[in-house]
Amino acid sequence: MADALHEPQLALHVEDLTVSYQNKPVLWDIDLDLPPGVMAAVVGPNGAGKTSLIKAILELIPSLAGHVRILGKPYRQQRGRVGYVPQRSAVDWEFPTTALDVVTMGLYGRLGWLRRPGRREREEAMQALEQVAMADFAHRQISQLSGGQQQRVFLARALVQQAEVYFLDEPMAGVDATTERAIVNILGELRDAGKTIIVVHHDLQTVRTYFDWLVLLNVGVVAQGPVSEVYTAANLRRAYGGQVALLEGNGMPADKPTPPDPQRDQTGDVF
Amino acid sequence: MLTLFVDYTIAKVTIGAVLLGIISGVLGSFAVLRQQSLLGDTLSHAALPGVCIGFIIAGTREMASLMAGALATGILAALAVLVITRRSRLKTDAALGITLSVSFAIGVVLLTYIQGTGNASQGGLDSFLFGQAAAILRHDLWIMAGITFAALALVTALWKEFKLVVFDPSFAAAMGLPVVALETLLTVMIALAVIVGLQMVGVVLMASMVIAPATAARQWHERLGPMVVSAAAIGVTAGVVGALISAQGQGLATGPLIVLCAAVLVAISLLFAPRRGLVEEAVERWRGRRQLEDRQVLSTLYGLARRHQDPRFSAERGFVDAYYGVRTRKALEALHAQGLVDRFRAEPDEAEYWELTEAGVEEAERLLADIKGRRA
Repeated sequence: MADALHEPQLALHVEDLTVSYQNKPVLWDIDLDLPPGVMAAVVGPNGAGKTSLIKAILELIPSLAGHVRILGKPYRQQRGRVGYVPQRSAVDWEFPTTALDVVTMGLYGRLGWLRRPGRREREEAMQALEQVAMADFAHRQISQLSGGQQQRVFLARALVQQAEVYFLDEPMAGVDATTERAIVNILGELRDAGKTIIVVHHDLQTVRTYFDWLVLLNVGVVAQGPVSEVYTAANLRRAYGGQVALLEGNGMPADKPTPPDPQRDQTGDVF
Repeated sequence: MLTLFVDYTIAKVTIGAVLLGIISGVLGSFAVLRQQSLLGDTLSHAALPGVCIGFIIAGTREMASLMAGALATGILAALAVLVITRRSRLKTDAALGITLSVSFAIGVVLLTYIQGTGNASQGGLDSFLFGQAAAILRHDLWIMAGITFAALALVTALWKEFKLVVFDPSFAAAMGLPVVALETLLTVMIALAVIVGLQMVGVVLMASMVIAPATAARQWHERLGPMVVSAAAIGVTAGVVGALISAQGQGLATGPLIVLCAAVLVAISLLFAPRRGLVEEAVERWRGRRQLEDRQVLSTLYGLARRHQDPRFSAERGFVDAYYGVRTRKALEALHAQGLVDRFRAEPDEAEYWELTEAGVEEAERLLADIKGRRA
C-alpha cells in the first residue's frame, strides 16, 4: 500500500505543504499540480517563499504539514529522477576545485559510496560542459569564472544527473545576456524532450517568452496554470500587492485573457 | 650514553611531529574550507577540562584516559556550539568564543584543583597548556599513530562525500547524502587531530596547527587533492623543523617553535605563491601601470603621425617629453623592446627621433578602437 502511486500522471504534486521559520509561516497550505513536460516559472515578490518551496519539496528544510509526490512517489524514492540547481550564491566559489570536477559531482549519487569517478564519469561531465558551451573552461579553477560561467557549470552539473524533473533556483539571476539565452535554450530542449522544468524566476518581463506554465506564489499559491491563462494583471496584483506600482506600464498585461469581470476591473483601478 | 638518550628523544619527538603534521594538515584543510578555522581553537581549549577529568578518574598521568577525556569534552564543546547557534540568535563566532573561554576556564579550575590535592603524579599535567614534546612516551606515539591512520583511512574512503558536503551541502543533501552525519564525523576527526597535538604543542597553540598548514597550502593549489597533500607536507615540515631547532639544546619549547615554523611557511605562501601571492599581485600591478604609460606614449606618437598625415612621422624625443612634462625615455625603450617603435639619430644635431613601426601603428589602432568600444 505504501508503494501505491499517488497522482502518478503528475510530474509534481504538492498538497497542503506548510513551512515556517520561528512561528512565521513561509509557505502556507500550498497545493500544486504540474503536468509532465512543462517549463514552469515560480514567481512572486521577495519573501514569497520561492526558494523555500523548492527546498521543502527536496526535503532540505522540514515542513510542518503536507505531502509531496514526484512522478507519483515521495522524493526519497525519486532522487535519481530529480535534478537540482541551487542558487549560485549558496556555495563558496573560492573552493579549490575545477569546473569539470563540479560537474562530476552531479554523478556522485549514481556512483554511491566508496566508488570514485573514473574516465566514464569525466567524459559524461565533459559532454555536459560542451552542452553549456563551457568545455574550454573545464580545467579552470571555479573562482576564475564569471558569474554567468559559474551558473552554466551549475546547470551542467544538473544535466549529468539525467533527471526527469529539474528544479532550478534563480538560474538567471545576475548572469549576462548570452548565458541567459543559453540557459533558456537548454531548458527548452529538455522540455521538448519531455522533461519537467521548475524554475524560480525573478523577472516578470520574460515570463511569457520563456515559460509555458506559471505558479504565482506569495506564501500561498495565488494562481497556477498555463502562462496564457495565469499571467493576468489581476493575478499579478494579487501576488505582488502594494508593489504593483513598480510593475505598471512595465510589460504589465491587460486583463484581456480573463473573462470580462467589471467588478474586478474596478478594484484594479483603485490600486 | 648521553647522545644515545638525546637521539632517542629526538626520534620520538620527530615521529610525534610528523604524525601531528599529517593529521592537522589533512583535517585542517577541511576545517578551513568549511570556514570553521576557529572550531579547532574551541576544540583544543575544550580538551583541557577533559584531560583533567581523565586524570582524576585514572588517578595517574595515563595517556589513554587523558585522551579519552579530551575527546569527550571536545565533542561536548562542539555540541554546545551547535545547540547555541541553532537555538539562540547568537552567530557561530560568538558561540565558538563563549564555548572556548568557558571550557578553558573550567579546565584551569580543574588543573589548579588537582595541583592543590598534592597528588605527586600530577607532575607535568600543566604541560598540556603549551605542550612538552620531550615527555612523549613510545606508548603515546602508538596511540597518535593509530588515530592518524584511522583518520587518513576515513578521509580516503569518504573523499568525494566529504568534498561535496564541504563545497555544497544542500546539493549533497538533495542527492541523499547524510550531511549532518558527515559533518559530525569531520568535527569529531578535527577533535581527534587536536588530541594528537596536545602533548606536542598544547591546547593554547593547537589551533594554529589546524589553520596554518591548510591556509599555506591553499595558496599554492587550485584543487582539493593536491591542497590536502601539501597541507600535510607543510605540517610535517613545520613539525620536524621546529622539533629539530628545539633539540639544539637551549631548552627552547618545542610546541611554540613548531607553531612559529608553521607561521613562517604561511607568510612565505601568502607572499610568494603564484597567482594568489601578494608579491606577484604587486608585480602585476606595477607592470600594468608601466604598460599603461607605454601605451599612452604609443598613442601620442600615433596621434602626432595622424596630425602630420604621415604614418612614418618621426618625433624628436624632446617633443614627446615636453608633451608629458616627464622623461619618456623608459617608455620609449620599452616600446622599442616590443618592436612597436624605431629609433634613429638624425643630423645635424644628433637628436633622438622616434617613429612607429608597422606593428606599432596596428597596436595603436587596436588600442584606440578598444577604448572607443568600451565607451560605446
